[in-house]
Amino acid sequence: MEMINLTIDHKPVVVRQGTTILKAASSIGIDIPTLCYMKLDDMNIENKPGGCRVCVVEVKGRRNLAPACCTEATEGMEINTHSIRAINARRTVVELILSDHPADCLICAKSGNCDLQNMANHLGIRKIHYQGEQSSYREDTSPAIIREINKCIMCRRCETMCNDVQTVGVLSAVNRGFQAVVAPAFEMNLDHSVCTYCGQCVAVCPTGALTEADETGAVIRALSDPTKTVIVQTAPAVRAALGEEFGMPAGTLVTGKMVAALRRLGFDYVFDTDFAADLTILEEGTELLSRLSAFMEGDPNVKLPILTSCCPAWVKFFEHHFPELKDIPSTARSPQQMFGSIAKTYFADKIGVKRENLVVVSIMPCLAKKYESSRPEFSVNGNPDVDFALSTRELAHLINLGNVDFNSLPNDEFDQPLGESTGAAVIFGTTGGVIEAAVRTAYEVFTGKPLPRVDFEELRGMDGLRKATIDFNGTPINIGIAHGLGNARKLLEDIQAGNSEFHAIEIMSCPGGCIGGGGQPYHHGDAEILKKRQRAIYSEDKNKTIRKSHENPYITKLYEEFLGAPMSEKAHHLLHTKYFDRS
Amino acid sequence: MAEYNMHILVCGGTGCKASQSELIKTNFTDKLNEYGLTDEIQVILTGCFGFCEKGPIVKILPDNTFYTQVTPEDVAEIVDEHLIKGRKVERLLFIDPETKETVGDSKGMDFYKKQIRIALRNCGFINPENIEEYIGRDGYAALGTCLSEKSPEEVIKMIKDSGLRGRGGGGFPTGLKWELTRKSVSNQKYVVCNADEGDPGAFMDRSILEGDPHSVLEAMAICGYCIGADNGLVYIRAEYPLAIERLKIAINQAREYGLLGDDILGTGFNFDVEIRYGAGAFVCGEETALIHSMEGKRGEPTVKPPFPAEKGYNGKPTNVNNVETFANIPVIINKGAEWFASIGTEKSKGTKVFALAGKINNVGLIEVPMGITLREIIYDIGGGIKDGREFKAVQTGGPSGGCLTKSFLDTPIDYDNLVAAGSMMGSGGMIVLDDSDCMVAIAKFYLEFTLDESCGKCTPCRIGNKRLHEILEKITGGNGELEDLNRLRMLSNVIKDTSLCGLGQTSPNPVLSTLDNFYDEYLAHVTTHKCLAGQCKALMHYSIDAERCTGCTLCFRNCPVGAISGEKRSPHYIDQSLCIKCGVCAAKCKFDAVLIA
Repeated sequence: MEMINLTIDHKPVVVRQGTTILKAASSIGIDIPTLCYMKLDDMNIENKPGGCRVCVVEVKGRRNLAPACCTEATEGMEINTHSIRAINARRTVVELILSDHPADCLICAKSGNCDLQNMANHLGIRKIHYQGEQSSYREDTSPAIIREINKCIMCRRCETMCNDVQTVGVLSAVNRGFQAVVAPAFEMNLDHSVCTYCGQCVAVCPTGALTEADETGAVIRALSDPTKTVIVQTAPAVRAALGEEFGMPAGTLVTGKMVAALRRLGFDYVFDTDFAADLTILEEGTELLSRLSAFMEGDPNVKLPILTSCCPAWVKFFEHHFPELKDIPSTARSPQQMFGSIAKTYFADKIGVKRENLVVVSIMPCLAKKYESSRPEFSVNGNPDVDFALSTRELAHLINLGNVDFNSLPNDEFDQPLGESTGAAVIFGTTGGVIEAAVRTAYEVFTGKPLPRVDFEELRGMDGLRKATIDFNGTPINIGIAHGLGNARKLLEDIQAGNSEFHAIEIMSCPGGCIGGGGQPYHHGDAEILKKRQRAIYSEDKNKTIRKSHENPYITKLYEEFLGAPMSEKAHHLLHTKYFDRS
Repeated sequence: MAEYNMHILVCGGTGCKASQSELIKTNFTDKLNEYGLTDEIQVILTGCFGFCEKGPIVKILPDNTFYTQVTPEDVAEIVDEHLIKGRKVERLLFIDPETKETVGDSKGMDFYKKQIRIALRNCGFINPENIEEYIGRDGYAALGTCLSEKSPEEVIKMIKDSGLRGRGGGGFPTGLKWELTRKSVSNQKYVVCNADEGDPGAFMDRSILEGDPHSVLEAMAICGYCIGADNGLVYIRAEYPLAIERLKIAINQAREYGLLGDDILGTGFNFDVEIRYGAGAFVCGEETALIHSMEGKRGEPTVKPPFPAEKGYNGKPTNVNNVETFANIPVIINKGAEWFASIGTEKSKGTKVFALAGKINNVGLIEVPMGITLREIIYDIGGGIKDGREFKAVQTGGPSGGCLTKSFLDTPIDYDNLVAAGSMMGSGGMIVLDDSDCMVAIAKFYLEFTLDESCGKCTPCRIGNKRLHEILEKITGGNGELEDLNRLRMLSNVIKDTSLCGLGQTSPNPVLSTLDNFYDEYLAHVTTHKCLAGQCKALMHYSIDAERCTGCTLCFRNCPVGAISGEKRSPHYIDQSLCIKCGVCAAKCKFDAVLIA
């Protein structure tokens, strides 16, 4: 690769041909501000429309200013990133954005987390010289995502996530000129569209234009209602990210503090979704093995591969786009819904509380979980199995409202019986984790032998599409892993075409899996944060004494006392579901 | 055409068609049938003659009689008098506005005297729906020469030597563009004709496609041969139905004659052309936006590089030229690069087609050599300013251009001089303004256009132009402050400096150019709150001169908002808080008692 020489702010720099000015500058410690630009390193996700024009710099000999994010450095370039001309242009551009932006920072859901707010502060904008008409679009509410489109700055990050990464294609630019905005086609509401509620648009939105549907108020009301018993479950990825909301470094595990905080908030029982994840492995693993055995015996009615079904955005995706494949995914409900179902039957009976008086709250890294819990098939006589699904961010908000000093909390333990879990359940929170957990159990059940090793490094990583073959004592099992719906689409198209080589596939909608979920603390385009959360998840797994789901004693007890066996009629009724053609 | 004694050319351009020129043609045909003259006299519906001011035009050959403003009812008289008896119909001939004499022969008309028609060579001469007529005027000879006698490199050299520059606005050297696309290595390349003409008042490309579609097809095939493409695409606005119709006919005829398709003229060269329709977005004239639109994506520009010559349609090297640029190519091949380069100025060769409009006597389509002065265009070709008013400025380059004032009347027009004068060539719109035009309002008009046509992708164009427009509204609305003039300039400079594509980068030009040239008008708006041209209603002040007012009550009875009061036979009075400045009182007053300030 050819190297080129240039100077930036009078400093010489040598970079590879093809390097952008932005990257060249950052290599010598010059931090050119950007707004629309976003890149998740090593994940093949990049948004650089060159639209906001905040990163403009002066290039000697060039007629106009150059956008640093999408202009390649060339030999001999002399760049000034902070000339009066560049600073004036940059500030004017931000002033213009602010002139068409509601000035409600004090009460905005994104306050303190807003890239535009930070930029205005960074540039020291204290006055907007160009005032005028502001855009006024109606708000769009859905079960999971709120679109407050007056706050859209046309950065197109959500569009990149929705179209290029997820291939869902709901959000794109509509209208033109001053009316241009990102919206579903014909400006329809999200809940009329094929939106999967994966929440990746929310995860990357720099402003308050896209946020989650906030349910903290409803949870506070339930907690203060003396007639209700309120229990809570926490998903595995939450504990690896919640600390960030309280100033801890990314990748800090806060399981114990989180349990303590929830108890302080007044939840009657603090349980773990991980318990239900172990239960999922037994149901899904058993289903896998029975389909595998039948397939190997040549049963023509059995289809492979089996696909995981923990991720509600993924479920909605195939219901819209691949309805003809709806017999392929496992019928096992997601851990959230298994938990809700068991809590409102087995556990409610155990403590003698009527279903109507038991409120199940879940803390999820995810926005689609809000939608999932509202699906009618997960209710009994109008009473949902899971009443409220809060995001990690909403939990942080709730902890603040509860006057809890999170950092000084002791480490508490989950309650029983729905709080015990294994290492296999914890890794549900990252891409590759569900299938690794399933392999740990399926291997021992299939071969009747103990696993020679528990860690399956070949299933881990951050590549969007991964595959591995696991030797089940002489029987090779081909496993596929996809995270990001665009990657999932590729595997599904192979299945449609009859070219799939896999026996089982794990699919997670969000890049990185649940650690990168739409309800997690904002990563602001820093992929390192996701990687640190992933490492935290694997370290929690490693520190567990029990690391295989079928060895969870409370799960064994649940089957003995209540369900009978995996895939039993009762299990079918309470722990499995069916899918719908939404095309 | 040789077998006929006479030819009747009826203009079939969009303007004349709208004035029933098709019926005129039918009436001629019927009348000739009636007299049994169809074997001797041919009637042709041609492309635009250019002299739209006086359309519909009918021209009789061989004597070049030029009839103006012909109606279908005039046909019988023309046939009976002119064709049968040999007497020209005097009342339909053009009257020279200066000498007041009738001009029977179009060659004697000032409108045509200073024009050199290269791109428009066949418009108004041939039937655009008949390939034989194009071939009869050396059509497809250039393609034949290129394919059989010249290498692609030789043809590109000719185009480079000719000095031809892109006629779509930017003025990029055409030969160089072809060379760059030729050098890009790929298994597939494309030739694209940009027919997304969108400047207000511009109809150069439409007229060429309506009047001479084969010239464009021939040039596209030559370009394909040069850059190594076998696929051509014409991106044309769907609002150009006649141009599309004639283009389709031309493509089919060219295929029938083996001039498009496989193995053209037996040389083994394959080239075919498809049509793609634009939905009428001005920004799609920008080549990257155009390409995205053709790909079925949102029509918005992307950052260059990569240029289309490297990565264009479907990611393949693509050469995009505008209609007028292509129309020049066959003539350059036929007559030689030196011939072409002998016309024009040092850096701008050949001719340029302009759509002449506004406050000028001869509105129409003209083709003039580069280097001609504005004075020649406005006073010789254009016949001077309408109603004898005073020339104020001419706006060139459409919404991306600027205003040229009196001081530029004798500047030779070419790409570089126009830019130096604070305007640009653009695609060739030329709007003449007189002393009744308010320059602030003109700037606002162009900005309104940009505002509608911005794609909204980048901040300065999406929001900056909106704010510029709001400041202009404030000024024309009578609420301007001195500080606003400073803000206009500062914001304009940032928009120019930071916008993503050519649309945004040039959108403040009308503002900056009027600020530079007519600062006194701006100043009057914001200091004394007066519109010197009397155009900005909000700045007008109506009052009644008590001396002159007879108390006839006519103004009182006609005022739509009841702002006028007064007793019969005593002076009336206008309540300024109610007056909407509609001007009805002044128009109705028989005693000139309404004062306007």
